[in-house]
Amino acid sequence: MTVSPLHAWTDRLAALAPVLGAAEVPFRSQLTVRVSDPDAIAATGATLGIGFPSAACTFTSGTGRFGDVEVLWLGPDEFLVTASPGLQVTIEEVLRGSLGTARGSVVDTSAQRTTVVLQGPRSREVLAHGCSVDLHPSAAPVGTCVQTLLARTGIVLQVTGDDTVTILVRSSFAEYFAAWLTDACVEYLAVP
Amino acid sequence: MNLRTGTGGSIDRNTLLHFTFDGRAYTGHPGDTLASALLANGVHEIGSSVKLGRPRGVVAAGSEDSTSLVQVEAPFSEPMLLATTVELHDGLRARGLAGQGRLAAEPDPARYDAKHEHCDVLVVGAGPAGLVAALTAARSGARVVLVDEQNQAGGALLGVDEYLDDRPSAEWVADVVAELKSTPGVLVLERTTAFGMYQDGFVLALQKRTDHLGFAAPAGVARQRVWRIRTRQTVLATGAHERPVVFPDNDRPGIMLASSARTFLHRYGVLPGSRAVVFTTNDSAYCAAIDLAESGVDIALVVDARPEAPARLAAECAARGIEVRAGQVVTGTEGSGRVSAVHVGDTRIACDALLVSGGWNPVVSLFSQARGKLRYDAELGAFVPGGELSTVRVAGSATGELDLTACACQGRDAGLLAAAAAGFTSGGQVPLPASDSRCTARSGLVLWRVPGDDDASFVDLQRDSTVADVLRATGAGLRSLEHVKRYTTIGTAHDQGKTSGMIAAGIVAEALGVELAEQRPTTFRPPYTSVSFAALAGRDRGDLHDPVRVTAIHPWHVAHGALFEDVGQWKRPWYYPRAGEDLHTAVLRECRATRESVGMMDGSTLGKIDVQGRDAGKFLDMLYTNMMSTLKVGRIRYGVMCGVDGMVIDDGTVIRVGEERYLVTTTTGNAAKILDWMEEWLQTEWPHLDVHCTSVTEHWATIPLVGPRSRDVLAAVAPGLDVSNEAFEFMTWHDTEVAGVPARVCRISFSGELAYEINVTAWHGVAVWEALMAAGEPYGITPYGTETMHVLRAEKGYPIIGQETDATVTPQDLGMSWAVSKKKPDFIGKRSFARAENNRTDRKQLVGLLPADPGVLLPEGSQIVETDRLPEPPVRMLGHVTSSYPSAALGRTFALALVRSGHERIGETLYVPVEDSLVPVTVTESVLYDKEGARRDG
Amino acid sequence: MQLIPCPWCGPREEAEFHYGGQAHVAYPEDPSALTDEEWARYVFFRDNPSGPFAERWSHNAGCRRWFNAVRDTRTHDLLAVYRVGEPMPEVTA
Repeated sequence: MTVSPLHAWTDRLAALAPVLGAAEVPFRSQLTVRVSDPDAIAATGATLGIGFPSAACTFTSGTGRFGDVEVLWLGPDEFLVTASPGLQVTIEEVLRGSLGTARGSVVDTSAQRTTVVLQGPRSREVLAHGCSVDLHPSAAPVGTCVQTLLARTGIVLQVTGDDTVTILVRSSFAEYFAAWLTDACVEYLAVP
Repeated sequence: MNLRTGTGGSIDRNTLLHFTFDGRAYTGHPGDTLASALLANGVHEIGSSVKLGRPRGVVAAGSEDSTSLVQVEAPFSEPMLLATTVELHDGLRARGLAGQGRLAAEPDPARYDAKHEHCDVLVVGAGPAGLVAALTAARSGARVVLVDEQNQAGGALLGVDEYLDDRPSAEWVADVVAELKSTPGVLVLERTTAFGMYQDGFVLALQKRTDHLGFAAPAGVARQRVWRIRTRQTVLATGAHERPVVFPDNDRPGIMLASSARTFLHRYGVLPGSRAVVFTTNDSAYCAAIDLAESGVDIALVVDARPEAPARLAAECAARGIEVRAGQVVTGTEGSGRVSAVHVGDTRIACDALLVSGGWNPVVSLFSQARGKLRYDAELGAFVPGGELSTVRVAGSATGELDLTACACQGRDAGLLAAAAAGFTSGGQVPLPASDSRCTARSGLVLWRVPGDDDASFVDLQRDSTVADVLRATGAGLRSLEHVKRYTTIGTAHDQGKTSGMIAAGIVAEALGVELAEQRPTTFRPPYTSVSFAALAGRDRGDLHDPVRVTAIHPWHVAHGALFEDVGQWKRPWYYPRAGEDLHTAVLRECRATRESVGMMDGSTLGKIDVQGRDAGKFLDMLYTNMMSTLKVGRIRYGVMCGVDGMVIDDGTVIRVGEERYLVTTTTGNAAKILDWMEEWLQTEWPHLDVHCTSVTEHWATIPLVGPRSRDVLAAVAPGLDVSNEAFEFMTWHDTEVAGVPARVCRISFSGELAYEINVTAWHGVAVWEALMAAGEPYGITPYGTETMHVLRAEKGYPIIGQETDATVTPQDLGMSWAVSKKKPDFIGKRSFARAENNRTDRKQLVGLLPADPGVLLPEGSQIVETDRLPEPPVRMLGHVTSSYPSAALGRTFALALVRSGHERIGETLYVPVEDSLVPVTVTESVLYDKEGARRDG
Repeated sequence: MQLIPCPWCGPREEAEFHYGGQAHVAYPEDPSALTDEEWARYVFFRDNPSGPFAERWSHNAGCRRWFNAVRDTRTHDLLAVYRVGEPMPEVTA
């Protein structure tokens, strides 16, 4: 039996509709990869079948041998590879293999953060109540990936669609995030 | 007395609003403020002053007023609001204040909100200049935010009945606002005051969203919102405030700024009285006199301080039968409560209103907050922006320009330049409106005060500060305006210098005989208008005040009645009381169960950092005081970390996972700090090291399983693991399956008992916890919390970083020289151990204390003294109690303490003052239980 | 809320950053070779200029990278940011 950090919030998040489609996508495979050598980065991307993001504050996505995979830029030598649940052990092995002797590390961090997908035209607006990064489509187009603060918790924020934002939040902060999100939606629910 | 005009004003005369003030019922209309509705009902006396108790009324029509202080009592009690900024609504209940209000005792039920907004051009103020600036910027395609304090756009136009382009100015305003609101990328915020301007284009603005709806405010909608605006360019079109003139008894209700009286007339259809005297130093007040006369007010006299009255305006007055006296000033007033007469030299004129204009002060508050330099304009008698900033432009009367068309022109220029600076140059020309205004405010006389009774000549009416106070300040040798402000408190409350600041500066300059141009104005600081703490707090209150961090197993603890302790932001189970148990009895039970059979706790909050790379061992050798590179794969070592000063900053276990991989644990509170510490050294000092650190704190659920029967419980849930002492030694780890899920089991102990620490992916935390509970059932397995953990470790003398230590404690002080390597050539902190200070024999060292009476519990934090009787102060303190508990295992109370030369004092009797007595205690070694370590292997 | 230009993530609010004190204070090559006074200088003493000051900052809530910044201590204006290991650039305050 597995229990996700927002297991108890499923209904409350669903109740944010129609303001926001909000749902936890639990148990995703997540691997933190530290690597800076360009050749090693290229090799690792080739192994995955999805190139690593070359620009800061972006992510890449694609379909490869592990199905739909995203590679998030977290820092100049730090990436987060995310994929469907259950693949973390295999991906970790493959990534470590492709790093070879290059400087770097691969760590399974699948349960370190949980994933919440927000969908709908209000997604960016609701987040603007607590996020100081400009989320206007001109400043944060699809493909944006920033680590920043939302209210009083750190988040990784991915713009995954015109009206879709994916939030990764540390598991211990997940309930705070859900409570904050719910509160930020109160007004939009009261006055549609 | 009804002072409402028959027509005019932007109020809805067909709708009546009922309200009470000071317990009496009144009516007003939508569009009124509390002030305008009170004035319409003939109520001029709002409250009384804070120090002298003199009656106070309404001086101005907007937020520059500082005297119409009220306590709103319903819908929700709120103190110190200005009646001029409270929009009237049905059922409003308020009362006047004697200078001070009272905070509500009950929690505010309203919601408050914050929102971030980003734009290319922010325009502050929706008067003519601001509207043209915003429209110009909007047409260029820039993202524009326009904020305005009022409930409708128009700025100064709201207080006049002038025409723009041959039609009522309101129509022109409405057209501009309509275009702005329909332009994509433009946000128009009404009832929004930009109250603070900070670095890098950051502006805070308070929006009053439902205040005006009163009881009809929709549930769920935040009452107020703080907009956190980040802009590339700003146009400040903040306007100008009329400046009063100070004269004896200038503080009576009924004495009002002339332009404000005009605003009350045109915006609210309210007359300031039935018979008024106008006292002016410039042209603008003539318009007030003429407009009011045409609305039926008997203008008894216009007193113009200038030697000659302006011919055209004087003729217009004459045509209406208004007498104008030039070269004269108001020298005093009479009245009990409201003004009843005005003295002009020897003449006494009966009246019920005195309308004053001393010229205009540009509103430069935000410009000054943005570090704009101010310059004294001698003609205007005011500080004006003394040059542009690269990202902040000023337009309109905020620059000192008072001609309407010229203001609009400045707005257009500022809008164009701001948009262009933000990269938008494609805007169309916005046509400037043509004005029919009769009065301009230039060609005024700068007059700060009319000499007379200095003690009754008020500079700051809210603070009861007078000319005499200013002269007392300069007489005491104060020369800087900042000092005079602090000495007199002028401009410190609601006023923030809006009406009083310039006059105070003028009087100081006169008194010192210096030029105002040489005086540095006081620094304007946020907030421009008062902002409630509730608004600043926003939604960061109640459950959202601070994040509550919880572990994966938290729901189980809640369901099983745990009480929680806050450790940083974490909620940790403190103890699990059974029916009828208090902390004391529950903890004794939990301790006994754990030492005699088996207990378990949720240790998931421990910080965990994965350290990988060829140089991982070398790196950890530098960070820890002991050697980590020699640790064998499969084994675990306890380690202490120090700062460069040699003081303990953290401790924990280090697991060697592989040749190039370690997992280190940190204390709960220091997880983030230690990861930062590691990154700091790696990135800034040793980038050549091949090491990477990754936080895995929340990836793992960690469950210490503790006690002589822990081996039996583990064997039951981990059938694939050989749990024998030989196969699974102390300070080693094994990967296995526990309750069917992959787990890493470490054999470590923080209690001295046989113990294991079971780590599983957090998702499995609850399932594994429950499996352990079930497997331990035959042994009476007992979940325990942080309090029991603290007792168990204290009995063994294990320090808790942050409880036994406080950044002045070395490993040697803790009796941990054994954990400090002598072999390593260097590690962080090593050099400091050789400092003289760290080798003093009288350092405070960790020891145990046993009270002579085994039932006495020493309060933690108690001081320790040497003698059984307190000598005269100062009393030499030897140290303090860091931890203190009753112990089931020892059958008595005990404590840990930091004591001067503690290690040499073992066996001595010292004394701990507890309330009125001195408790004798025996100093012991810090390890009090199982000194031989016999229990470790079960 | 000041913006600090992270060399990697661009301008972000100050709240995302952690201050690390004076930059270019290297850990001594061989601490044991230092006198008590020299060591105390390294541990306890830092410059406190009025004007440009080279400091270390970490983008804690973002990319977690340390970098250097020259800040005018009189105005808080950040005159330059540069990566660890790079020399302090010329600035005009």
